[in-house]
This record gives sequence, structure tokens and C-alpha cells, in this order.
Amino acid sequence: MIMLAGIYYGAQYGGSTTAVLVNLPGEPGSVVTAIDGYQLARKGKAGLALFTAAVGSFFAGTVATFLIAGFAPPLADAALAFGPAEYFSLMMLGLVAAVALAHGPILKAIAMVVLGLLLGTMGQDIYTGIPRFTFGVQEFAEGIDFAALAMGIFGIAEVVRNLESSEVREPIHSRLRDLIPTREELKSIVMPILRGTGLGSVLGILPGGGAILGSFASYSVEKWFSKNPVPFGKGAIEGVAGPESANNAGAQTSFIPMLTLGIPSNPVMALMIGALIIQGIVPGPNVIKEKPDLFWGVVTSMWIGNVMLLILNLPLVGFWVRLMTIPYRVLYPAIIVTCCIGVYSLGYNVFDVSLMAAFGVLGYILIKLNCEPAPLLLGFVIGRLLEEYLRRAMLLSRGDPVTFFENPISASLLSISILLMLIILLPSVRRKREEAFKE
Amino acid sequence: MNVIRNPKDFFTGLILLAVALVFSYGLRALPIGTSFRMGPGYFPLVLTGLLAVLALLIMANGFRGDGEPIGTISWRGLIIISSSILLFGATMKGLGFVPSVALTAFTSTFAERKWKPLTAILTALVLTAGSYLIFVEGLKLPLQAFGPLDRRTLKWKFSETLLSDLNRR
Repeated sequence: MIMLAGIYYGAQYGGSTTAVLVNLPGEPGSVVTAIDGYQLARKGKAGLALFTAAVGSFFAGTVATFLIAGFAPPLADAALAFGPAEYFSLMMLGLVAAVALAHGPILKAIAMVVLGLLLGTMGQDIYTGIPRFTFGVQEFAEGIDFAALAMGIFGIAEVVRNLESSEVREPIHSRLRDLIPTREELKSIVMPILRGTGLGSVLGILPGGGAILGSFASYSVEKWFSKNPVPFGKGAIEGVAGPESANNAGAQTSFIPMLTLGIPSNPVMALMIGALIIQGIVPGPNVIKEKPDLFWGVVTSMWIGNVMLLILNLPLVGFWVRLMTIPYRVLYPAIIVTCCIGVYSLGYNVFDVSLMAAFGVLGYILIKLNCEPAPLLLGFVIGRLLEEYLRRAMLLSRGDPVTFFENPISASLLSISILLMLIILLPSVRRKREEAFKE
Repeated sequence: MNVIRNPKDFFTGLILLAVALVFSYGLRALPIGTSFRMGPGYFPLVLTGLLAVLALLIMANGFRGDGEPIGTISWRGLIIISSSILLFGATMKGLGFVPSVALTAFTSTFAERKWKPLTAILTALVLTAGSYLIFVEGLKLPLQAFGPLDRRTLKWKFSETLLSDLNRR
């Protein structure tokens, strides 16, 4: 579990290295970093960008760790009072937030969430055991495998899309001494790091938030604030500092809903919950009380992980760069093979491998049609839980939907979601939002 | 085709509508229940309905306003990549890990527009050797290097589920 957590936030930073150096985001949270980071690298400022990313990540990680240590226990106490109605409303808020911050057209983002939810309902019904939407295929009875969906829609689809661009990735060489920024550069990254950390921490807590939303939101915010003469997209250091901090802060605080409520805030957290359940621990408000050593172990490991990242990565930059000189034509078969072996070894099921290929095709089509796949995955992850809590809440209230508005926590969560939904659907906000994400 | 002014939206709507139709076909077998006691079909029914409405709205957008064209679709990459994955699935159980990975890696290299035989062979060889070392030797995954799956290579952790799976066949 702690190892998984370590890999997760390690990836949050590692992804930025490749994003800066070869314009190949290692994970979705670093997509934004790649925009300006790569441009900086082309100007010979790769060192500066990497330094900023490392320091920003470290600072954000430290703050977020303290936030978890401070807020998770009281939140878990509050969560003990949560009934199904509250859980349902909280997840709705998460889904709405995911839609609000997904880039691309609003309607499509909503449709993607719904599609994800629908895919999540495939397989046996939790209460009656009736198989749903199996279409006569026996393998569908257990539902769609999460890994096959995720790897297909992100990994495989991305490979196909990268193949079509003939854009040459020129790796950039960088030495350690280029890493030290000048005083002015230092000044210009302080505020973005602070803002990014704040934004990332808040968004990370929302179920559905996590690192990805934080980094995108922070990029837009920095664009508003920027006084930098260098335009964004052309190598503005703020465009690296803000999102990279937000990314890391969000990655860390997204542990909060997982540790306190047992709700996965993103696909990685869903995997984490799976790991816990295998070990016989049911994630939820009780974890902190019953397994304090596990909780504090995770929290401490986060901070140590952050320190390690800083120490390890700065001197190793040169080495990473050399690794990155591997051309894409050698790299992508490796990605394909690894995805195949990965999905296969999870269940020793050939069907999952074919499913991954199918989702790869779907993912590629979605990218081509300007549909964001992230909300789909989130809907898929949350789908089952959402349905379960809805049904439980309705049973408790004897079929009266008013229950969601009778209880104060649930009512306020739902009101916020509705309000948020209305705001993003307003034509003027909609236009501005679409402009902000146009990159 | 001048009526469709925003092809990206139009086709998104079309695909989603098709999905909603397929799911509504699947819904027929499911008891809906009441809002008090929701049946297995209740939640999916709501979702399918919602998806259909959204699909129509997005499709309608396709007739309004101007959008960019969909752009070129890399059929070559799409077909070769997905068939190389399918090949892995098809050969894994029968041929074993090493031949299967080699075939998959080699096939996938064709997705590159400038295919060079030497690079392709080298890539496949290095990848096969590398993944054998990492996954079979290093991580000790119960994968048979050559030939059909052998029960003796199964490790304890996986043996139960896998053996019962094999027995059923």
C-alpha cells in the first residue's frame, strides 16, 4: 500500500521530467507542464524548468502532507455520521466538478461521465445478482475490467495518436549547473507555486478532482495573473511552476477522500482501494481509528517520498535525459507490449486483452472527436458506488427523493453541485471557459 | 454534406446515440422496480435515457455553428496497433510468453510510416528479451515462456483461481 502510494506520487513528478525534456507527458497531470516546459527546454532552459518542477512539487507535497495529517482525522469523524444520502451527494459533487474542469465542450464532458457510469453498471447487479448488459458474452458477467478500460483509453489510444504526428521530438541535453535559477526567475516562480499549491490542495480533496484537474485549473489561473512578457505556450516559467505544484498537491490531498470516506477520487485511488481490500482492510472512516499505523505510515511516507524525489531527481536529470533519447519508434512497441502483459497478468484472461484493444480504438475516436476521456473513466470508477448509495438511500427513505434535501450535509453538497452546474452552463461562463482551455 | 457544419459534434452524438440504443436493448431483460425498491434496471434506465438526450443535443450542435473538420484518422496506426494487441491475446495461451511478445512487438512496428526491417527486428528482439527478464525472471509471473500453459509453473497465489478456471474448460 505504502509502496503503491510511493509510486503514485513519484509518477507525478517523474512525469514532469519527460514532459519538459521530450514533450511526452508521463502521466495526465503533466500534460500542462509539457506545454510550456518543453518550450523552455527548446530555449535551453530545461534545467530551469526541471528545477522549478522539482521545487514546486516538493513545496506543494509538504504542504499537502500537513493538510492530510491535520484534516483527515476530524474528517473521518464527521464521515462516520455520513449516511448513503450524503455519500451520494458527495459523489455527485465530484462528478459535477470533473465536468466543470474537464477541458473541451461541456455537453460532451457530461455525456462522457454518463457513458462511464453506464459502462460501470455492466456485470452482475449487487443486490439481485442479475447479470446486466452482458449481451450474451459470458465474460461481461463480471463487469468491464478497470485496467483494460484505463490502459486502452489512455495508453493505447495515446500511442495511436502520437503515431500520426510527424512532429520530431528533439531531446534536449541539460547539465546540473543549469539547474540553478537566477534571482529574478526565482521571484517569478514563488507566487505561482503558492497559488498552485492552494488550488491543487482544494481540488484534490473533491472526489473526481485529483492531480489532473488541479494542474489544468492552475494553468488557467496563472494565465490570468501572469505579467510575464513571454506568452503562455511559448515557454513561460509560471506555466510550469503553478500546474506542477497543483499537480503534486492534488495528488496528495486526493488521499483524503480515499482514507476518510473510502471513495476513490480518481482511478489511481480506485486501485489503491483495491489493494487495501486485498489485504483485508475496508477503506472508510474507520481506517484511521482501527489502523492508525497504516494511516500515519502513509502520511509519513508521503513526506519522505517528497524529500527523496528532490534528492534523487535533481542530480539524476542528466541520466533521465539520456534515457529519453530513445526514439518513439522503439518506445511505442514497448508501451504496447507492457500494456498487454500488464492487463493479461492481472486476471490471466485473454478477453481483457481484446477488450483493451477495443477501448483503445474507442479512446482514439473520442480524442479525434474532441471528447475528453478522463470524465469517462471517473464515471466508470464511481458508477457502482453511486448506484449502491442511491438505492440504499431510497430504501431508507421509502422511495422519497426528498431525503437528499432533508439532511443538511447532503442538501448543501447537492446545492453546490446544482449551482456549479448552472454556472458552467451559463452562456457567458461557458464561452470564457472554453477560451481558457483552448490550448 | 454541407448540412453538417460541425462534424465532430455530429459524429459524437451519433456514436453516443448508438450506444444508448444498444444499452436500451440490453435494458429489456432487467426489472426496473420502483423508486422505493429499485430493481437492477432502474439506475441504468435513467442513465440510458440521459445519454440518449445528451446524444441528441450534441448531434443537434452538429448542424449549428461551424466546427473544425475531424482531421485525418491514422487508420494504419489504429488497425496495426489494435491487431497487434489482439494477436497477443490470441497467441498467449497457445504459444507462450516469448513467441507471443515477439509477434506482438514485431507487428506493432508496422504502425510506423517509415518501416525499416532492421529496426523492427531489433526492437522486437530487445523487447522480448527485456520483458522476459523483467516479468518472468524478475517478477516471477506465472507465465509459460514457450508452449501452452503448464500447470506446474503456476505459483501458489494464482493457482487456485487459475486451476479452477482450467478445470471448468
